[in-house]
Amino acid sequence: MQEFLQQLVNGITWGSIYALIALGYTMVYGILRLINFAHGDVYMVGAFVAYYAARVMGASGPVGPLAAVGILLIAMAACAGLGVVIERGAYKPLRTSPRLTALITAIGVSLLLENLGLIVFGADPKFFPQIVARKQMELVSGVIVGSHQLVVLGVAVFLMVLLQVVVFRTKIGRAMRAVSFHREAASLMGVSTDNVITFTFAVGSALAAAAGVLVALSNPKIDPLMGIMPGIKAFVAAVLGGIGNIPGAVVGGLIMGVAEVMVVGYVSSTFRDAIAFALLIIILLVKPTGLFGTGVSEKV
Amino acid sequence: MLKNAILSVVAVAVLIGVGAVLPRMVNPYLFQILILCGINITLAVSLNLINGFTGQFSIGHAGFMAIGGYTSAALTYYLGPHVLAGVAGDGAAATVAGQAFFILSLLAGGAASAVAGFLVGLPSLRLRGDYLAIVTLGFGEIIRVAILNIDAIGGARGFTDIPRYTTFFWVAFFALVTVVFVRNIMSSSHGRAFLSVREDEIAAEALGINTTNYKVMAFVIGAFFAGVAGGLFGHYLMYLHTNSFTFMKSFEVVIMVVLGGMGSITGSVIAAVILTILPEALRPVKEYRMVIYSALLIFLMIARPQGLLGMRELSLSTFRGLKLGGARKSQAGGAKRAL
Repeated sequence: MQEFLQQLVNGITWGSIYALIALGYTMVYGILRLINFAHGDVYMVGAFVAYYAARVMGASGPVGPLAAVGILLIAMAACAGLGVVIERGAYKPLRTSPRLTALITAIGVSLLLENLGLIVFGADPKFFPQIVARKQMELVSGVIVGSHQLVVLGVAVFLMVLLQVVVFRTKIGRAMRAVSFHREAASLMGVSTDNVITFTFAVGSALAAAAGVLVALSNPKIDPLMGIMPGIKAFVAAVLGGIGNIPGAVVGGLIMGVAEVMVVGYVSSTFRDAIAFALLIIILLVKPTGLFGTGVSEKV
Repeated sequence: MLKNAILSVVAVAVLIGVGAVLPRMVNPYLFQILILCGINITLAVSLNLINGFTGQFSIGHAGFMAIGGYTSAALTYYLGPHVLAGVAGDGAAATVAGQAFFILSLLAGGAASAVAGFLVGLPSLRLRGDYLAIVTLGFGEIIRVAILNIDAIGGARGFTDIPRYTTFFWVAFFALVTVVFVRNIMSSSHGRAFLSVREDEIAAEALGINTTNYKVMAFVIGAFFAGVAGGLFGHYLMYLHTNSFTFMKSFEVVIMVVLGGMGSITGSVIAAVILTILPEALRPVKEYRMVIYSALLIFLMIARPQGLLGMRELSLSTFRGLKLGGARKSQAGGAKRAL
């Protein structure tokens, strides 16, 4: 029981990182019906921007909360910019093209970011400075939670709540929902769809950057190809929850994280990559639109 | 009928001739690129049947390739020595027997792949579009992890000491068979059924087409040829590792299909050749190779969203038409349909 609870804590921490990446996938998909395969690489860039920001600040060990938040914000802002550049440069010219064309372009952008990363950041892994002091706390008897895990959970929950507020309580959020519901109709109602799409990319990319920084806190080894697997798994998490659905992405990410940690803990670490997909296939066979997805009825 | 028979005989004769001369004419590096071109053509054209013609978005082709590759390699590695024990030696009989056994194991690999294709095709009854895509992707990854955990076929070490049976002739032969097979099936009434599933499933069903049947059939046929391609791949490199069959390989094949033009066989062939040669041709620029490759890919997709050929096919008459200026009309028609 003790071990199970420990695994659960680790799984939820890991899952909240998946959830943050999955949110970007699901928002972009909801608005453009585009699987933005470059999203996982934006997450990688986020970790590297934070790494260089920390280096410039001269941080090699724990820093104050203000500096840590500063590093996080720098990474998020840089990636929001990167997201906008990607959208304007690569996806906007293809708005009216077949969807698969945009998908291949997304794969191209992903390859471009990875290979640019290999040149700019270097192929050898870098060690992210431990900017949060490592302390361990006992939650209940025998279940230990690290300070970095608490930071990961805290930041993730805060960002998710913030996103929920932005999407459901602000004017731009209403515009986002309108565009995702029906782009042409929203455009006819005077919503500037191009701006809304750009804003969505910026928000999604900033969330991915935050996930990158949070991952670097617990697994300090970062390299230019670190985004490939988490990226694809976060996408699976988004599909699992019902792609285009924001709470679905969070739940999907948590399920995915917990399932992975449990498989590693109780079965074997070699099956880690398979469990995510096995779970996905089972869920989709039972509920073809994901857990929270609403099926679109076919019209003749 | 007679014309086709003569044409096939001539084609096979030419392939045998070229296959005999080529290894002596080009250096091993170029030869390997040619082999990979042929294997990629087989992969791209077979995926085009699923993605391009039937409109079922699959990104699990590397999984089918892996099943075929590992099955046929396991057969020639474990069963081969027993079956061929009687004709051991360097004589012509041994070569012929070896090649015959190789072809049988290639077909067995293709068949194993086709069974997997059937299993993957089944969810397509319930799943559509991106959901189906992600299931095929997941399937490919599960296959990869499963192989990684089977020690008899190398597991994480990779499958080594696979006999080298693949020749230029067999690679070109199967590439040709795939192209002719897909072309023929697409110009039959079955082909129009595949297209109708892509264009409008409900309308196709209303016209009495068993869409389920055709979707699964596309997966089975596509998977079969991918499995054969996997077998050719393994028996050429003499080594198989699951790293060759990650989802990046599936993406690579999808890129070939989309870049060539969804639903254009000649487009797939051209794109497969270009995308095999391009990374090699870019070797002189060293570490910038993949950067230029991906930038070119993005540029090509933005410049020609419908793919290089769109839905058109290149044929001799296209060139004849170009000379007469008559092709312009058919081009315009093709472009309109592609939209």
